[in-house]
Amino acid sequence: MNTAPAAVPAFDVARIRKDFPILGQQVHGKPLVYLDNAATAQKPKAVLDCIAKVYTEDYANVHRGVHTLSQRATELFEGAREKVQRHLNARHSHEIVFTRGTTEAINLVAQSYGRPRFKAGDEILITAMEHHSNIVPWQMLCEQTGAVLKVVPIDRTGTLELDRFEALLSNRTRLLAVAHMSNALGTINPVETLIEQAHRRGVPVLVDGAQAIPHMAVDVQALDCDFYAFSGHKLYGPAGIGILYGKEELLNKMPPYQGGGDMIRRVTFEKTEYNTLPYKFEAGTPSIVDAIALGAAIDYVNGIGMETIAGHEQRLLAYATEQALRIPGLELFGQAAEKGAILSFTLHRIHPHDIGTILDHLGIAIRAGHHCAMPVMDFFGIPATARASFGLYNTFEEVDALIAGIHKVIEVFG
Amino acid sequence: MLDQIRDLYQEVVFDHNRNPRNFRVMEDANRTVEGFNPLCGDRITLYVKIDDAGVIRDVSFQGSGCAISTASASLMTEIVRNMHESEAHALFETFHRIATGKDDAVNLEELGKLAVLAGVRAYPARVKCATLAWHSLEAALENQETTVTTE
Repeated sequence: MNTAPAAVPAFDVARIRKDFPILGQQVHGKPLVYLDNAATAQKPKAVLDCIAKVYTEDYANVHRGVHTLSQRATELFEGAREKVQRHLNARHSHEIVFTRGTTEAINLVAQSYGRPRFKAGDEILITAMEHHSNIVPWQMLCEQTGAVLKVVPIDRTGTLELDRFEALLSNRTRLLAVAHMSNALGTINPVETLIEQAHRRGVPVLVDGAQAIPHMAVDVQALDCDFYAFSGHKLYGPAGIGILYGKEELLNKMPPYQGGGDMIRRVTFEKTEYNTLPYKFEAGTPSIVDAIALGAAIDYVNGIGMETIAGHEQRLLAYATEQALRIPGLELFGQAAEKGAILSFTLHRIHPHDIGTILDHLGIAIRAGHHCAMPVMDFFGIPATARASFGLYNTFEEVDALIAGIHKVIEVFG
Repeated sequence: MLDQIRDLYQEVVFDHNRNPRNFRVMEDANRTVEGFNPLCGDRITLYVKIDDAGVIRDVSFQGSGCAISTASASLMTEIVRNMHESEAHALFETFHRIATGKDDAVNLEELGKLAVLAGVRAYPARVKCATLAWHSLEAALENQETTVTTE
């Protein structure tokens, strides 16, 4: 019996880089090394061309006009929704709600699902590694309803403490909101297990997929999550468009998040009848072209294959981690067994901001700061880290440039 | 190779970052202000002793920040000691104008020792590192016992 792993499909990174016009430039006289993908990813020509084409040839408002352009724009817009549905393996396309991004998607669930239901003393469970956008909407909801926020701790490697999670799941828990992958540490959470345990107690689960979505295939039916949120701009698509996936039965029970056009069926001054899913949650003219271009981005990554992308990024991460750990005075934050392509680190007596400025002078773009995850920084007792995050177009040579750059930083700071 | 960056990271900056002056808690301070840059999480606590005539008799700081913010705070504590609060305020105005690039005709002599930090002009993302300590001092002089932020 052949038990050898499936052959890794060929991955021609040099050819892929040609799809990203922005990567060809120089910064401070050096070739740009873009390692800030966890903040936002660059866009392939397919996405840029799609935006230009729709505005040039097909643009009009959606769901309204009887005229040709409106029908064409509507078909493209709804076609993009179906691409998202297939990408997430959602059961229905009306379970896909277009939002401005992950943040708006989470706020939608907090205000539309949580606010009418949660009572004083109810508990909302999050984890210690959440981004502010998966903390603050719940804190606001707690203020509004008297619900209480509970936090599952992490250990020093940045791994979720699963026994504590089990202990914190109580009869009062009304929702679990958890990052699929941490933006500050790279940790990939065992969301399947978390969802299964939460469901055993009848607790619905929202997964913040902002970081995970560009790095792995996501199947919302296999996960059985109740909500999944992500942003287009981290998946090589435009900024300003995001997705909330929600199970039909839950979305149907939820009131609209915002009022306006497109979310109604019939309006009189006495009463308004709301539209069906997903339009109930899409008040106003949506970000039409960005949604269509998100569809183009999904086509682009699927043309390469999520498994192929994940394999390439995992090899980059392993190489970068091995090289980084050899640097004296470098401390790595986030060493969970399951990790995405993020390298969060500090250097002894050199502040991450200074690392960021000097690397920028070498053409290397990284993020320095708290990564909108201040509780993570507090946990490790540090104000900030430097973070290099990898995408499908990064190369081993760029890892070498990063490592050489870090040595240069140390040299400059002597 | 990194010539340009030496405009930002001058030797004086490295020196003050490595050995910050007046880096201590002041037990008998009559003004204490927490300075905070919410963008990067940098924090300083500034201690000021000011006499009835409005003269800054002593100033010290604690906290953690990048080389620019640490050096700026350290330099500031050296420079403003024994200055009248109005002089310190005027110096900050000048420094702020130059650091934020609002003044094209830069006369670095106006800045004296602070001139070593004028390089931040070319780094908009780093201006707030250089001004955090000064914003905190302004708050201390105005007797605001609150946390000040650069935002």
